[in-house]
Amino acid sequence: MFRHLVVVSILACAAPAFAQTELAGSWAPRNHEDGLERGGGPYAVDYTGLPINDEARAKGLSYSADQLSMIEHQCGQWPPFYLVEGPFGMKIWNEIDPVTGNTIAIKIGAWEDKALQTIWMDGRPHPSKNAPHERGGFTTGEWQGTTLVTYTTHVKAGSLRRNGVPNSDQTTIEAHFVRHGDLLTVLEIIDDPVYLTEPELLSKGFQADPNPMSPVGPPCVAGYEGVPDGKVPHYLPGTNPSIDELTTIYGIPREATLGGAETMYPEYRKKIKDKFVRPEKCTQNCAAPAAPAPPTRPASR
Amino acid sequence: MKAFAVAISALLLGQPPAQTPKASAPIDLTGYWVSIVSEDWRYRMVTPTKGDFQGVPVTQDAVKVANEWNPDADTAAGNQCRSYGAPAIMRVPGRLHITWDDEQTLKLEADAGTQTRVFNFEKRKAASGPPSRSWQGDSAAEWDMQGGGRGAGANAPRRGSLKVTTTNLKSGYLRKNGIPYSEDAKLTEYFDLVRTRAGDTLLMVTSIVEDPKYLRQPFIVSTQFRKQPDAKGWEPTPCSATW
Repeated sequence: MFRHLVVVSILACAAPAFAQTELAGSWAPRNHEDGLERGGGPYAVDYTGLPINDEARAKGLSYSADQLSMIEHQCGQWPPFYLVEGPFGMKIWNEIDPVTGNTIAIKIGAWEDKALQTIWMDGRPHPSKNAPHERGGFTTGEWQGTTLVTYTTHVKAGSLRRNGVPNSDQTTIEAHFVRHGDLLTVLEIIDDPVYLTEPELLSKGFQADPNPMSPVGPPCVAGYEGVPDGKVPHYLPGTNPSIDELTTIYGIPREATLGGAETMYPEYRKKIKDKFVRPEKCTQNCAAPAAPAPPTRPASR
Repeated sequence: MKAFAVAISALLLGQPPAQTPKASAPIDLTGYWVSIVSEDWRYRMVTPTKGDFQGVPVTQDAVKVANEWNPDADTAAGNQCRSYGAPAIMRVPGRLHITWDDEQTLKLEADAGTQTRVFNFEKRKAASGPPSRSWQGDSAAEWDMQGGGRGAGANAPRRGSLKVTTTNLKSGYLRKNGIPYSEDAKLTEYFDLVRTRAGDTLLMVTSIVEDPKYLRQPFIVSTQFRKQPDAKGWEPTPCSATW
């Protein structure tokens, strides 16, 4: 019996102290939803499914992509939710207390214009509301079972979508990292008291990648790109030339392209059903795979 | 002695006696849920244009099929539910109603297209003869339990996910514009509950569609729903091939 007890005890001790999971490693992106937004970028006036208020809409319509050439914006446009919204994968690693072995922080690597994100796991509080805001924000995390749940504050103002729909520096991000085998789904719940009327949900799938990713991207070095000091490229109200782009290409009514919380819910389909005109064929950004090259003629002997 | 060892094992490992899937459910998925369409909007809220494959890792064979998409012909042939099959239905905007049919069976009804999915926890022997295919296929369910672990205690919250594997599908469309999946497609789904800081309960369904004929790699999307206190907005509607 003693032998049984020893075996059982060893088995019991082999179980993790808490129900966690290992997230460290390289994760390849699976940009199968919002493929265009997470690839080349969205259309200039595509606010569909965004729970934005009138102020956000007005600011979005005044936005010119030339603002990205301003020194101030070249390296600082993207808050931490760009992890899900952007095209890239992620490298995750743990920072361990060398004495206790406890995880002090989980880090998500930078990637070009996305900053390094540190998820503090040691129970420290968020800083004062007057503390500086950083590109990576300030993030704390806890395990809920095998799900890592994080909360981010102190972000910088930037873009909620990569077409100038704004987020304020009051934005908070609640993220759930849910792992199933080699699949990791990240759900982000983005709230912004300045520009959103209810939270925005973004999710993305990643798959474990045996090929190691770099934890850093190429550094962003701001430089003169032709926008003179003091000039802010923009459109005055009523002059955004792209406002009917989605209507022209996809037949989507203008009111839907301008977003708002109601566009997120099934009932909205009734509202636009009679206004929607489906074009006969996709004309751009269709993403059909390239046809295989024709067989080459054998080289003459 | 054996009984003693088992009892000790159960105590140490925290394993309760065998229960039915309903009784052992680590999460409660029952109730009404509403789609939140904040992603893939123009592929879900309106009918996408013919030949728009954005985001879907299709094969050349799939392109050929999708370029022949004819919703009027589908309707005439009684195939207007092709875009409401299991690999697509969770992406169709609408409401879900999830209930236990019995101790072994979870039922998911979707008002969009008036579809019903049956998640069976009972392991069944494979039927002989050709499979009976349907839009919703055959779904085998299991709880993907997250162990409480040493020190978790008997009162530790139970956590886990629902894993559903679906096969025996009739060929259908991943999106309403005719992007196909074949009858050899296999759908794996994980149903996870998320409780937000604001107090909402969200359902996140991660779907993986594998199809050797029409997909170059697994098609992976995650779809969110918010729990409703009641049936408000529940409105069963028939399938439509055009809207």
